[in-house]
Amino acid sequence: MERDPRVCVMGEDVGHYGGSYKVTKGLATKFGDLRVLDTPIAENSFTGMGIGAAMTGLRPVVEGMNMGFLLLAFNQISNNCGMLHYTSGGQFTIPIVIRGPGGVGRQLGAEHSQRLESYFQSIPGIQMVACSTPYNAKGLMKAAIRSENPVILFEHVLLYNLKERIPDEDYICNLEEAEMVRPGEHVTILTYSRMRYHVMQAAKTLVNKGYDPEVIDIRSLKPFDLYTIGNSVKKTHRVLIVEECMRTGGIGASLIAAITENFNDYLDAPIMCLSSQDVPTPYAGTLEEWTVVQPAQIVAAVEQLCQ
Amino acid sequence: MKFISGSYDKRIPCYRVLGDDGELIKDGSDFEKVNKELAVKMYSDMVCLQIMDTFMYEAQRQGRISFYMTSFGEEAATISSAAALTKDDIILPQYREPGALLWRGFTLQEFVNQCFGNKDDGGKGRQMPVHYGSRKHNFVTVSSPIATQLPQAAGMAYSLKMDKKDACVVAFIGDGGTSEGDFHAGLNFAAVMEAPVIFVCRNNGWAISTPTSDQFRSDGVVVKGQAYGIPSIRVDGTDALAVYSAIRAARSMAINEQRPVLVESLAYRVGHHSTSDDSTKYRSLNEIEHWKTDRDPVNKFRKWVELNGWWSERDEADLRSSIKKQATIQVAEGTEKPPLTELFTDVYDLPPSNLVEQEKLLRQT
Repeated sequence: MERDPRVCVMGEDVGHYGGSYKVTKGLATKFGDLRVLDTPIAENSFTGMGIGAAMTGLRPVVEGMNMGFLLLAFNQISNNCGMLHYTSGGQFTIPIVIRGPGGVGRQLGAEHSQRLESYFQSIPGIQMVACSTPYNAKGLMKAAIRSENPVILFEHVLLYNLKERIPDEDYICNLEEAEMVRPGEHVTILTYSRMRYHVMQAAKTLVNKGYDPEVIDIRSLKPFDLYTIGNSVKKTHRVLIVEECMRTGGIGASLIAAITENFNDYLDAPIMCLSSQDVPTPYAGTLEEWTVVQPAQIVAAVEQLCQ
Repeated sequence: MKFISGSYDKRIPCYRVLGDDGELIKDGSDFEKVNKELAVKMYSDMVCLQIMDTFMYEAQRQGRISFYMTSFGEEAATISSAAALTKDDIILPQYREPGALLWRGFTLQEFVNQCFGNKDDGGKGRQMPVHYGSRKHNFVTVSSPIATQLPQAAGMAYSLKMDKKDACVVAFIGDGGTSEGDFHAGLNFAAVMEAPVIFVCRNNGWAISTPTSDQFRSDGVVVKGQAYGIPSIRVDGTDALAVYSAIRAARSMAINEQRPVLVESLAYRVGHHSTSDDSTKYRSLNEIEHWKTDRDPVNKFRKWVELNGWWSERDEADLRSSIKKQATIQVAEGTEKPPLTELFTDVYDLPPSNLVEQEKLLRQT
């Protein structure tokens, strides 16, 4: 916001309250009430507002208090945000960033535990990225703001408390690049967002058992970084996808299709995909835990894959 | 050529029966009389709600439940509304109306079970705390997104209308919720379809940290009714008698004239938005304290009930001790959580093949 006066923030309680997850804390004091705008409760409207502002030269960052509420803004995101650059013959650009906390948290109930990346991935014209560490959160946010395309940045409710030493100076992370978390030889594990941590926990166990998993945080959900993913598949010949999306129509489903189409010859075994079940996320703690892929299941899957 | 002004010179007046001192306002308005039995039940339920809220808020602070929302300041708004309805009227809550459910007979144990998400919860542990629902009490399960219940209210009322039932729908919404597109849709549809819905807006001044001055520029919510051709009234939501009278009249209008009605109930959200909020960060302690003590709806109503000779200190002590016996957090905490099967039931009427397979897979691990 300091670098570019066109960057502004809009959403519910983002101003003096600092946002429901404190992502915009301190910004209103520094940049004023107009540049950090508290909107009335109307997701479709303030997303539409952001799109209008983007078309006229601003660079808005729109916050959904919880990603799930952006379902109300689906109309704006799909029909206007994604399509307008195309339908206007390139005359209007929409350099908007739409972001917010999503994913399964701790007992927040079904409506606060959505994985919108599943629903949005089909929309032509938008880009989707998921951050997972303080380092890539800063880098991806900056890249998203500077991009000329509309970008949806998926944060996770349970990852806001992570602490990491990151550079003070300006840097960006490439929006279309996946992140090599742990190079390995035996199996390619593709994941993103919070599941990265479950995968790395499983990786510790796997290493003790003598396996050498390659862990890639795909980060770019639309488009997939098939270059990095492809190179990994060509090396290990085995793929496990670990995601929080539901089985049907999730990122995993699309990833399986993409890898099968492009790298089928390099696979020694069918691709395995661990996802959440096709159920609304229940509130009761034990039920909720069963819907999220756990490290033990990841270990078992790798063992099965490597037989 | 004359433009209609954006606002009238004077604000729409507020219907009140009781003064802040608990006495009838001198030369005040008419109101629907309430007998001892009704008054005592209303008062007892208000006290019960306050006590439940206090215990459950503490339970969250102690980490025993994940989340809670209190109704402090709005006890009269919800309980008196429910008292003015029949059990056949369908209530569509936003999320701050457990008072209405309490009035209808939901037990304290049932409330607590829901918050703990145990196997005795009617919702089978599926929804987060305070998202109560009970079909047999005609109280539709709370859904977190704001205002989704308003178009649904129009639909339910439409169905009642087709069946010619002697009943109406009562949909609650907060001041913040009136900004949602669904508010416009719900009211407009109900008006056009001439559906018997009472839209009750609990204007408590705050939508988390957003005050009403940042939410709309109209004279509150009551004036919005006219835009849809809906008769509306502004009532003091801290006044149990005023709320009761207004909702009785609204119900009669809704059913006999088959049309929607809008009631704006003014009160103050004394508590934080939820346990995830600290409202002292954005409003003054003096303001909160003033509404908590000087304008408490429960105290106000008690004074009136006492003045009528219907309540004594002895009754008060008995009531409070009996409520505390009913509230059993330990029991709810100790009760088992729902079993694994409940993860896959009720997604559909019968589980399809993908869910059968997913359950099998899960049981293997």
